[in-house]
Order: sequence, then C-alpha cells, then structure tokens
Amino acid sequence: MDVLTPRTLDEALRLKSERPDALPIQGGTDVMVELNFDRARPPALLNLNELAELRGWSEENGRIRLAAGLTYAEAMQTPLPALAEASRTVGGPQIRNRGTIGGNLGTSSPAGDALPPLLVCGAQVRMASVRGERTLPLAEFVTGVKRNVLADDELILAVDVDAEPGRQTFLKVGPRNAMVISVVSLALRVDGELTASFGSAGPVPGLVSAPLEDAESFPVQVAAAAAPIDDVRGTAAYRRHALRVLTKRALERCLA
Amino acid sequence: MFGMRIWLRVNGEPVEADIWEGESLLYVLRERLGYPGSKNACEQGECGSCSVMLDGKLVCACLVLGAQADGHEVVTVEGLSEDGRLHRVQEAFVVAGAVQCGFCTPGLVVAAADLLQHRPDPSDDEIREALSGNLCRCTGYAKIFDAVRLAAR
Ligand SMILES: Cc1cc2nc3c(=O)[nH]c(=O)nc-3n(C[C@H](O)[C@H](O)[C@H](O)COP(=O)(O)OP(=O)(O)OC[C@H]3O[C@@H](n4cnc5c(N)ncnc54)[C@H](O)[C@@H]3O)c2cc1C
Ligand code: FES
Ligand code: FES
Repeated sequence: MDVLTPRTLDEALRLKSERPDALPIQGGTDVMVELNFDRARPPALLNLNELAELRGWSEENGRIRLAAGLTYAEAMQTPLPALAEASRTVGGPQIRNRGTIGGNLGTSSPAGDALPPLLVCGAQVRMASVRGERTLPLAEFVTGVKRNVLADDELILAVDVDAEPGRQTFLKVGPRNAMVISVVSLALRVDGELTASFGSAGPVPGLVSAPLEDAESFPVQVAAAAAPIDDVRGTAAYRRHALRVLTKRALERCLA
Repeated sequence: MFGMRIWLRVNGEPVEADIWEGESLLYVLRERLGYPGSKNACEQGECGSCSVMLDGKLVCACLVLGAQADGHEVVTVEGLSEDGRLHRVQEAFVVAGAVQCGFCTPGLVVAAADLLQHRPDPSDDEIREALSGNLCRCTGYAKIFDAVRLAAR
C-alpha cells in the first residue's frame, strides 16, 4: 500500500489522475473502520489532510462555500441552522473533530446526516480533476446507496449552499444520542415555500417541496415521498410514520 | 518490510517510526512507539478508549491513519502528568473512585482534560456531551461525573 500526501490541490489532482486507484482519506472516520477491519485494502491512500484549499468556509454573493475538509465541529459554527444542528448529532466530540462534510459526500450513505441539511439549502457539489472543474446539484451527485458520480480521477472540492437559510431545523431518530446512525432523519427549510429532505428512508436522500399553504398536508406528503426499507435499525412502516411525525414537529418549530 | 517512516511529536518529544502504510495512529503509538496508555477496544470510533490530542484536538487514534500524523503533534494520556505529578483530572479520578477495571480510564481522562481546558466550569450537560464519545462498561458513569466535577473545582 502507498500513502500519497500532496501539499497542494494541484499536486493532489495530478496524483489522483496518475493513481486513480488511490482512495482519498480526510477524517478517516469511514475509511479507517474499513481498513481496521480489513474490509478494504486499497492499493493506495490519498491523504488530503495537508491541503489548505480544502479547509474552512467562506461567504460570497449570497452563497456559502463549505470546503470538503470542513469538520462537523466547524460546521456547527456556520450560519446554516439545519447543518449546524445535524453536525451536532454526529458521533461524539472525537468524531466531530475529524469527520468532514466532504467525507460524508464521498461515502454517499443514505444515512449521511449532512446530506438532508445541504439538500434543503440548494447544495451544489464542486468537483475537480486535471481535466477541469464541474459543479452538480447534490441531488444529482448521489446516485444510489453509497454511490455517486465522482470519476476515478476526481476529488470533491466544496459544497456551495444558499447563504439566506430561512427558518430551518434538523431532527433525527436513533437509539442513542452519540454515534448513532439515523433510523430516519429530516431537514426542513421554510422561506417562500416548504422544503424538506430526509435520510435513511430510501436509497438516496429525498427532497420534497410544497407551497406554504400546504403546511397541513406536508407531513403526509413527505412520508409518501419516502421509499424506506425494513432493516436491523427499523421497519419501513416505522420509518414512514416517524418521518410524518418529524415533519410535523419540524413545521411546528419553524412556523412558530 | 515496513512501508514508510514518519516523524512526529509525542508528548513533546520528537520521535520517528517505521510503519505499515495502512495502520492507525493507535497502532503506531502502542506497537511501534511504546505508548500503551491509549487503549484499543473497538477500532471503530465507538468507545473513545483510544482518545488522544492531535494538534490540540480530541480524536480517536484508531481512526487516524498513522501516516496522517506525520509532521504533527500528539499528546497521549502519558503526556498529561507534569514533573511526576498527576494531572488534576487523573487525581480526581482516583479520589472519586471513578476507576473500576480501568480500561476506559485513559480515554476518559484525555477527554475530560480537553473539556476542562476549554470549559473550566462545565455544566452537567456539557460534561455529558463532552464524554458522550467514551464508553465505560463498569462504573455506570456516576463516579466519572463526580471526578470531572471535582477536577473542575
Ligand atoms: C463512531 C462513529 C459515529 C458516526 N456517526 C455518524 C453520524 O451520526 N452521522 C453520519 O452521517 N455519519 C456518521 N459517521 C460516519 C462518518 O463520520 C461520516 O460519514 C463522515 O462525514 C466521514 O467523513 P471523513 O472525513 O471522516 O471521511 P473519510 O473516512 O476520510 O472518507 C469517506 C469517503 O469519502 C471519500 N472522500 C473523502 N474526502 C474526499 C474528497 N475530498 N474527494 C473525494 N472523495 C473523498 C473517501 O475516499 C471515502 O470513500 C460516524 C462514524 C463513526 C466512526
Ligand atoms: S478503539 Fe478507538 S474508539 Fe474504540
Ligand atoms: S472502568 Fe471498566 S470500562 Fe470503565
């Protein structure tokens, strides 16, 4: 196994094009579990920790750019209410100090807690390779359970979201407060309209919107849009029910 | 046989280690460098018994790639005492009887020391949240809370 540790983004993109089999690693909170249990033995690891280009967040022209290396602990300090709330529910402090938004996108798990809050904020994923940069809506970036459009030579650079968040909240159901994979999760945004996104209730996070007047029926609409399955964490019927309840609670919070 | 060499600071001392590229910082500390204080229980970030400070941030050493620590600064539980005197959190754990089998203790001590450094007078909820990444199978946590409150005073 090789570990490649580029010092600049250009170097990282060059290395990734020369070694498309190199697995990127940021916080390692997903990758290291795979390595420790010998479930993955990639030919090479591309350590992105030294790249200043992938750190922090900034605001420009009404959009906020979250760099791929933004940790949950840092995301808790952004002016994005649902993302901050969701980040606070991720793991314990040790995980939030290492785990990143870019890593959550890279994993593309249906239970990824950063995804619903980003989706309700009109998230666009910025990717780059030696061939150039491209940007896609987050809903098009994630294509299935732990699948996304990232090409072999590409890296995630950042996620751009609306800087005017409206009223937002995030709710999640799980058996324990720290380190829980969501049984079901929900982000809601209320501005000119109602926008909800849910996790763990379908192969990819869902996105539903409706006019403000539909507040009454919105919980049922959100639950109907889900395609949950039965698994060890919960049944499909429970997930649908929980989604309706979470949407109702989220509306109460945001419309109060 | 080993893939690479890394240089880092552990508890203030510059050290180097020959490591396999895929191993964790926890493995490097325990097996390559002889710092057995940080414990290995789950290797998946769930228990916190491997907690160390990496560049001043509380992390699970089992989830940091050893190679990622190259050029960085690590503080383990062994580095908390000064001039042969226990850290006040360690002292408080002893006084409060917060140790049973002791396996979780190093991780909890590092996490509690980190909390008190940022919040010298934490509320109960802050203590709970700060220690939520650490599991203990013996004490039921009550005495651990007592110890943190004692150390905060
Ligand atoms: C104890 C524990 C609790 C957890 N709790 C939660 C939780 O509550 N909610 C939740 O959503 N997740 C949780 N997770 C999972 C994990 O912490 C998150 O998915 C996190 O966002 C991963 O980020 P990372 O930087 O650690 O990713 P890494 O492990 O470094 O990488 C993850 C994936 O993304 C790829 N990748 C990383 N960066 C890039 C990049 N810039 N370009 C392209 N690909 C990239 C990697 O190749 C890999 O496939 C938990 C994990 C643990 C161990
Ligand atoms: S051994 Fe690292 S968290 Fe359990
Ligand atoms: S004292 Fe035994 S696990 Fe905590």
